[in-house]
Amino acid sequence: MTPDTIDQIFVISKHWLLGYLPSSLQPVASAILSVVPVLLVFPLLFAITTVLERKGLGRIQNRYGPNRVGPFGFSQPIADGIKSLTKEDVIPRNADQIVHFLAPLLLVLAAFLAYAVLPIGRNMVITNLNAGVLFFFAIGSMVELAVFMAGWSSRSKYSLLGAMRAVAQMISYEIPLVLASIVIIMMSGSLSTVDIVNLQSGYTSIWPHWFVFTPWGFAGFLLFMVAATAESNRSPFDLPEGESEIIAGYYIEYSGFKFALFFLGEYLGMFATSGLAITLFLGGWSAPFSFLTWIPSYFWFFAKLLVLIAVFIWVRGTFPRLRMDQLMNLAWKFMLPMSLLNIFTAGVWHFMPAGIVRWLVCIALLVAPCFLLSRVLKQGKKLQIRTYRFAE
Amino acid sequence: MNVFFLILAALTIVGTAAAMALRSAIHCILALTIGLVGLAALYLLLGAQFVGFTQILVYVGAVAILAVFAIMMTQGASAPTQPILSSSWLTGVSVAVAIFAVLAWAIHSTASTQTSLPQPEVSVNQIGAALMHQFVLPLEIMGLLLTAALIGAVILAMPEKKETL
Amino acid sequence: MSPLNGYLLLSALLFSIGLAGALTRRNAILVLIGIELMLNAANLNFIAFWRYGANPAALTGIMFTIFSISIAAAEAAVGLGIILAVYRHTRSTDLDQMSSMKG
Repeated sequence: MTPDTIDQIFVISKHWLLGYLPSSLQPVASAILSVVPVLLVFPLLFAITTVLERKGLGRIQNRYGPNRVGPFGFSQPIADGIKSLTKEDVIPRNADQIVHFLAPLLLVLAAFLAYAVLPIGRNMVITNLNAGVLFFFAIGSMVELAVFMAGWSSRSKYSLLGAMRAVAQMISYEIPLVLASIVIIMMSGSLSTVDIVNLQSGYTSIWPHWFVFTPWGFAGFLLFMVAATAESNRSPFDLPEGESEIIAGYYIEYSGFKFALFFLGEYLGMFATSGLAITLFLGGWSAPFSFLTWIPSYFWFFAKLLVLIAVFIWVRGTFPRLRMDQLMNLAWKFMLPMSLLNIFTAGVWHFMPAGIVRWLVCIALLVAPCFLLSRVLKQGKKLQIRTYRFAE
Repeated sequence: MNVFFLILAALTIVGTAAAMALRSAIHCILALTIGLVGLAALYLLLGAQFVGFTQILVYVGAVAILAVFAIMMTQGASAPTQPILSSSWLTGVSVAVAIFAVLAWAIHSTASTQTSLPQPEVSVNQIGAALMHQFVLPLEIMGLLLTAALIGAVILAMPEKKETL
Repeated sequence: MSPLNGYLLLSALLFSIGLAGALTRRNAILVLIGIELMLNAANLNFIAFWRYGANPAALTGIMFTIFSISIAAAEAAVGLGIILAVYRHTRSTDLDQMSSMKG
């Protein structure tokens, strides 16, 4: 078993299975054989992530997470699944029945469709679309419609307010998300995810050619991760669904399995955006050092995905929630100018000769405006120590 | 291929007809979204991948959401009680039917070329190159237009300052 | 009927549905949506002629459609801004009530 065989084991076994079928059935069977593993693996990852997140958050907050069900609490998702499947499905009488039913379906559908263009390993992508990254963003924009449908159909003030806030937040952060990816598209010259990963799979001595190891790539990665956190309504951007603010916001009137579908859709969206960040910035399935390429490519993809999920959990446990106006100010006044500047810096990088000078110039072009912008944005506010006066 | 076209065409027609005929405005927008997704699928069937995905990104992701926000802000979540069609609806419908009749007759009477053409292969690279070479002037004008529309929409929708006399 | 005729007929049908909606609905926003539908029908026409017409390598149909989609989005934004401004003034989006310039 050469390392190459282990790397391509899924591709080889799929071709072997297809050999047993008549050639008229082969396209359909090939599609099914590509899609079913994604449908099985990512919900399993979702189940593991829920328990990892609760244990991780618990440890950050100096307590144990769930540790009763199964070894160290890792069968908790089974208990959660049984609970959500057997709960009564309460629908408000005034609710719009059809839209109320379709909203979680549209959310999960959009979240699953986004995996069609992510290359999980070498030669392991469901479909190599010519406009793959554009497809991903188009599908991501359907999530906003699903969120609005969920909030409006419940005919309740809290859910409508939560839905409007969530949609405003998601639209605002979609622009820095797309602009941060445009830098990568510009420098790699293709919208196809497979081409972008293939461009990053070379090595100079032992160092990889990942885009994150360039100044514009690193800034783009940071912008993309912040925007991805806001797009998935994760803390610290979870005002639309914060439990202490608006009691679960737009899915307040959902119970039982539909609530579990919202949860699933949100986490799948988080995995999909992390997967796109890995594809665009972190080199997809390529190994971090050239002497580690014997480890199969799908292992590296999932390792990077787990690292990004750990960062998401870490950020959730650390930062306080942002208020709505702080959130919007961050998107429009800070991240939008920084992402436009990032595109300009990438252009400067492309046209300067290789060497230490272009590193210094590009780093200065990114760090100085970031510093100045944050200074200017802080000036209008009076940030002092708060003093409280209580009623006597 | 023909059966896919019929299914998608039926979906699009049902969605857009519902968008113009339903009572509640939000239901109309949601039906319109189905029609627009059907249109995007038709673009994909015709081989224009970039246009199909742009259609979903711009229309479903932006225009439909803008329309639902505008409906929320102008009439709230209350169900409509007044009649939905204006008083001159018969004239409007007859004009639309007449225009469809003329167009259908024109389409039917043109000689259809039976040559089956191969699917043109267009990559996003070619679209980008065309945008930067032959179509660079429309591209720049589009940029100006979008900037003007952005500033104009913000100014129109901003609440007016109350003049204290 | 050739495929091209099928697409043209569908485009004409969508155009007339959008026109019927724009001419008959009372709500100003739904009239705007009817106009958007008419623009979409024209886009379908462009792409159908690009696919089945002469010289698809010139990409004219695709270019027209891209610009048409952008212009439609800009027009929808400005149109909805106008509707909001009028609503703030007259407290209604009913087009039958907005029959005079006074007020």
